[in-house]
Amino acid sequence: MPRQLLNGDEAVALAALHAGVSLGTGYPGTPSTEILETLDHLGGRAQWSPNEKVALEVGLGVAFAGGRALVTMKHVGLNVAADPLFTATYTDVDGGLVIVSADDPGMASSQNEQDNRHYARAAVAPMLEPCDSQEAYDFTLVAFELSERWKIPVILRLTTRVCHSKTLVEAHAKVAAPTAPVFNRNVPSRVMIPAYAKPAHGRLRVKMVEIAAWNETSGLNRLIPGVGEAGQRLGIVSSGIAAVHAQEAAPEASHLVIGMTWPLPLDTIRQFAAGVDRLLVIEEGDPMLLDSLRAAGITAEGKAEMYRFGELNVPRLRRILAGDTSPEAVPPKGKPPELCQGCSHRDVFEVLRDMDCIVSGDIGCYTLGVLPPFSAMDTCVCMGASIGVGLGMRHTLPPEQARRVVSVIGDSTFVHSGITGLAEMVYNPPETGHVVVILDNGTTAMTGQQENPSTGRSLNHDPTGKIDFEALGRAMGIKNVHSLNRFTDGHLLGDLLKELLAKPETSLVVVRQPCVLAAPKIRFYEKAAMEKMSHACAAMPAE
Amino acid sequence: MNKVTNIVLGGLGGQGVLTASDILADAAFRAGFDVKKSELHGMSQRGGSVSSDVRYGARVLSPMVTAGEADFLLVLEPTQVDVNRPVLKPDGVLIAIEIIPEGAVKNKKSLNVAMLGALSALLDIPEAAWLDAIHARLAAKLHRLNDESFAIGRAAAIQRFNPPGQT
Ligand SMILES: Cc1ncc(C[n+]2csc(CCOP(=O)(O)OP(=O)(O)O)c2C)c(N)n1
Ligand code: SF4
Repeated sequence: MPRQLLNGDEAVALAALHAGVSLGTGYPGTPSTEILETLDHLGGRAQWSPNEKVALEVGLGVAFAGGRALVTMKHVGLNVAADPLFTATYTDVDGGLVIVSADDPGMASSQNEQDNRHYARAAVAPMLEPCDSQEAYDFTLVAFELSERWKIPVILRLTTRVCHSKTLVEAHAKVAAPTAPVFNRNVPSRVMIPAYAKPAHGRLRVKMVEIAAWNETSGLNRLIPGVGEAGQRLGIVSSGIAAVHAQEAAPEASHLVIGMTWPLPLDTIRQFAAGVDRLLVIEEGDPMLLDSLRAAGITAEGKAEMYRFGELNVPRLRRILAGDTSPEAVPPKGKPPELCQGCSHRDVFEVLRDMDCIVSGDIGCYTLGVLPPFSAMDTCVCMGASIGVGLGMRHTLPPEQARRVVSVIGDSTFVHSGITGLAEMVYNPPETGHVVVILDNGTTAMTGQQENPSTGRSLNHDPTGKIDFEALGRAMGIKNVHSLNRFTDGHLLGDLLKELLAKPETSLVVVRQPCVLAAPKIRFYEKAAMEKMSHACAAMPAE
Repeated sequence: MNKVTNIVLGGLGGQGVLTASDILADAAFRAGFDVKKSELHGMSQRGGSVSSDVRYGARVLSPMVTAGEADFLLVLEPTQVDVNRPVLKPDGVLIAIEIIPEGAVKNKKSLNVAMLGALSALLDIPEAAWLDAIHARLAAKLHRLNDESFAIGRAAAIQRFNPPGQT
């Protein structure tokens, strides 16, 4: 096949297609979002789930049924999916199950820079880490094979630079037909009651020992011999994008690039260490590799603590090699992003600011409400937290302050993890009541305008079921449920909020106005759906 | 010798920086080079600063251009020159939007391609590879307009920099 220029996400999607994936599931999140979008474009089957936990559960079901499943998410998504993950590894999957965790060291667009390599160890799952798009393609194929051979979920860990860098890819696999799904009853390996889970845990540990042995000769770990004496003096063990930076910064050193970072090929590393005077471990984020080598009795040096933070790059590698821990030059600050002109979130934050509300915020475009000229957000932690955190503040603050607390949450975020917050509000209502505002702009704007269960369209924008927030709020027992259309009712929002904040009751306000960037597309999808419908009606046989 | 050419493109979200760097990377690929391109997107749609790195040569390792080592810096927005300048090496070339004659490019949306035209005059990538890359990236109805913009930028850079082999 000819070579093509792809980013890491596109390469994973192409490989998934070539692996004959039956279904791709996931929840949007930079830098992982393009994987499922590309899979759909390429003709594969892909769908957005309401959140990562559900996505992984659906993927697990596919794999239990003998199909191959690709489940994608950003790093924090794996926290949401951690519950199924930690027990899915105990089970036996029939079809390959590959979970993509797209980490974001440096926090280009995330609320933290957690290092998800810890999950491989904690949940006991093999982990592969490509350093460019070619490896992203190759490792995805290997991940499916590995997953089926040992009947175990496999994590493919990408990072922002791998996801969003374009490099050359030569695709070599033929498109495989998805395995014919069939239900094989296997109760002891799939029903995790203690009686079955205890032996399952034992089997899992045995699988990992076998996989570790396999990894020694897996071909996934590359040895790049150094040049002459320099190659004898310094050996660098690295993984992921850090490996290419290391090769560029220290071209004469010997390099061992670990492609499968869990379970580690310890013998290979030990042998490499024996051949060099000094062994340096280069890894982005936490000293995972370093700690593992040291625990295995391999003498190795790591990077200074200051390089735990942020991404690595060639200049930082040069500093690490030189042992330089002097303060780093701060690059000039660019123009920060801001809410688009005409963005529907703008008036809401103007009202909240003018009313001096205490705003328990959430994650999405609207988090930009924290910046001037709005400066109208007081907390933001993780998706869905606005409601619980708002309730906690309501329970605790003196009444005159408690009555100023409002929870603000976007439509996609609400479906992702806000619904249980509403249940909490109904179940444990604060004495002063509470007000939750859903900012329904008809899309998941933050990550590039994906559909979600409240837009009524699926990943490929075809019409599907739609969650009605107001009906949901009423059914859950919320006392006051209101909807506002920003353009026609803009001036009413302040009045309505004032009224609701004064009541010791639970309230839900849905502010509805499409994202200005998404609006033309939404109109296009709606029109296409209408046309499809009228065609279908015309084609309907008369009674 | 493995000479790697390092280029950084900068501007604001919505100006077509990422499209331009896609085209540049593809043109280098079509010209037979190894190429890597890297950027951070995510917040780019909301008008913030955007930059993209493109590196090409016989073999490229890191996809990121090291600060102070860019051979070329292309900036689509006057306010973004200072933010990006530190990437340029001391004798590196800055191509700012002023190089495009005022009013020469009718449709502002194709200014990014005009800037690529200017860059093209200074790079060892054949013009045909550039045009193929532009046509592959943009919808057919936009080809004429962008071919014109590319030519305008290319002519402007030939006049301004008088590169060898282009006289
Ligand atoms: C667990 C988790 N998954 C995904 C993300 C990435 N992410 C941040 S906000 C968001 C959704 C935003 O959509 P919405 O709530 O509708 O607000 P909008 O951006 O449209 O204003 C996503 C997917 C995240 N931060 N955390
Ligand atoms: S992309 Fe949409 S939701 Fe986000 S700031 Fe722009 S208009 Fe607002």
